[in-house]
Amino acid sequence: MASATILGLLILGVVIGPWLWPIGIDEIDFTARLETPSWRHPFGTDDLGQDLLARMIYGGRISLAVGLAAMVVATLVGVIIGALAGMSRGYLDTVLMWLTDLFLSLPQLPLLLLVIYLFREQLKAIFGLEGGVFVLIVIVIGGLRWMPVARLVRAQFFSLREKEFVEAARAHGASRRRQVVSHILPNAIGPVIVASTIEVSSAIIAESTLSFLGLGFPPDIPTWGRLLFDAKDYLDVAPHWALFPGAAIFLTVLSINFIGDGLRDALDPRRVS
Amino acid sequence: MGPYLIRRLLIALPSLLGISLILFTVLALAPGDPFEELATNPNIPPEVRANLRAKFGIDDPVLVRYVRWLAAMAQGDWGFSFASRINVDTLILQRVPTTLFIVGSSQILALAIALPIGIYAATRPYSIFDQIANTLAFVGFSLPTFFTGLLFILVFSVTLDWLPFVYRSDLAATGWRWYWEMFRQSIMPIMVLALFQAASYTRYVRSAVLDVVRLDYVTTARAKGLGEKTVTLRHVTRNALIPVVTLVALQMPAVFGGAIVTEQIFRVPGIGSLLISAILANDTPVIMAVTFVFSCLVVLFNLIADLLYGWLDPRISYN
Repeated sequence: MASATILGLLILGVVIGPWLWPIGIDEIDFTARLETPSWRHPFGTDDLGQDLLARMIYGGRISLAVGLAAMVVATLVGVIIGALAGMSRGYLDTVLMWLTDLFLSLPQLPLLLLVIYLFREQLKAIFGLEGGVFVLIVIVIGGLRWMPVARLVRAQFFSLREKEFVEAARAHGASRRRQVVSHILPNAIGPVIVASTIEVSSAIIAESTLSFLGLGFPPDIPTWGRLLFDAKDYLDVAPHWALFPGAAIFLTVLSINFIGDGLRDALDPRRVS
Repeated sequence: MGPYLIRRLLIALPSLLGISLILFTVLALAPGDPFEELATNPNIPPEVRANLRAKFGIDDPVLVRYVRWLAAMAQGDWGFSFASRINVDTLILQRVPTTLFIVGSSQILALAIALPIGIYAATRPYSIFDQIANTLAFVGFSLPTFFTGLLFILVFSVTLDWLPFVYRSDLAATGWRWYWEMFRQSIMPIMVLALFQAASYTRYVRSAVLDVVRLDYVTTARAKGLGEKTVTLRHVTRNALIPVVTLVALQMPAVFGGAIVTEQIFRVPGIGSLLISAILANDTPVIMAVTFVFSCLVVLFNLIADLLYGWLDPRISYN
């Protein structure tokens, strides 16, 4: 699959990139301001003469890490809430689903902007400059995106918990916890994997959007969105500065979406092509 | 219809209360303080500061302040902007029409693109047209709005110099000239949002039509001797639109999120850019009011979607 290869190359690039391209992300060189791509600077330079390839490798690590970590948070919360709602036959289900609907109608981006802007300073003090913003962004993005997973898990649980094999486990005296963990959950996990794959790409977009609006990572941490934010005032003189990080975000998101779609086709028994 | 509308409004009310409570708590827990400036000003004695704090009730418990805010809000008192020195409701009323204009036209445009393409692709599944449409849709919703916006500016403003890249609310022209200028400056923000939405809507429409097209009643319609066009447009599309309406309504938070980004790129003076400037200025009353207006708009569009169901699907009765 072409998309898996592209994503693999991107991940490989940002992981081993710093060894192959040892220019520092904050090496300022005023003699090489806003240079177009050349052999010395394959992706060109920005307004301070910093090498864009090095900055993009560094930013890619953060963007991808945010995407993966936020996906883990969203999936965990979603699975827990969905499982609780799906196993309860009483008011807990109603309450949890009302909560899910409430979160679905929250204005996500405004809330995201607000929380990050307001709590940035506090977390910086606890986890350090980079770590604080990272933890905050991951928790907030994950905390606002668990709803689709929760709904999916609940629906799966509703049909699975009545199936014969679960009944058999119940008849064998399996505790509720054992029924969930070793019988129902493994059977419900297929669609969850698909949903969480897509979650990675939307988390990457969310992080880039925040950074693009200037409210994500601080200026000295060049995530892809931040690079675009810095580049947008120089579009007329240095279009390469915006094009490379933008293309990187686009390629990553596109390949993740294609992988998610392929997984859905592979895992969904209803679909016959 | 009337009683249903009232009941539906009564359901919408608790969720609006829940949303506003969440927003209010987030704001209240935040470390920022509008009186910070006073605290560092040596000309203001501490007693005055304490009196001011007591007067505005800043040190009361969150719930008390929330109830007070809610009561004021219900009476039409939306507070006073610290940064702009005018009432929050006037400030928001100035901005809301622009946002609604941009978001509304982009949604109409998105549906105008997505419906024909999705229906046509679904009636010929796995044809070349379908595959091209599918690939383009994937590309479309993988392109984040902030990147398409920059690309548009790069191509149409910087390279070709056809369109202005700054949206101005105070156009100097009058008459037809004004409409032309307005069209020229709003086409890029609208297109950016519309293309992104159209891409995901196309996929929804396609799969919804595919689900419906194999049903027996469609075969019946064909057996009656109806033309393919009538079958597709009147019988298939109408039923296929029902799930599409749900999905469009569910997309509303994302649409308004996208509006914030486009407003920021093209400097459109809507409530999205107002929110960003208010956040940067720590202007709490404006932040609270704008996020609340965003939630109201989202809930309102969900309500409209529910009402559309009844029009699309006569099986749903409102009693």
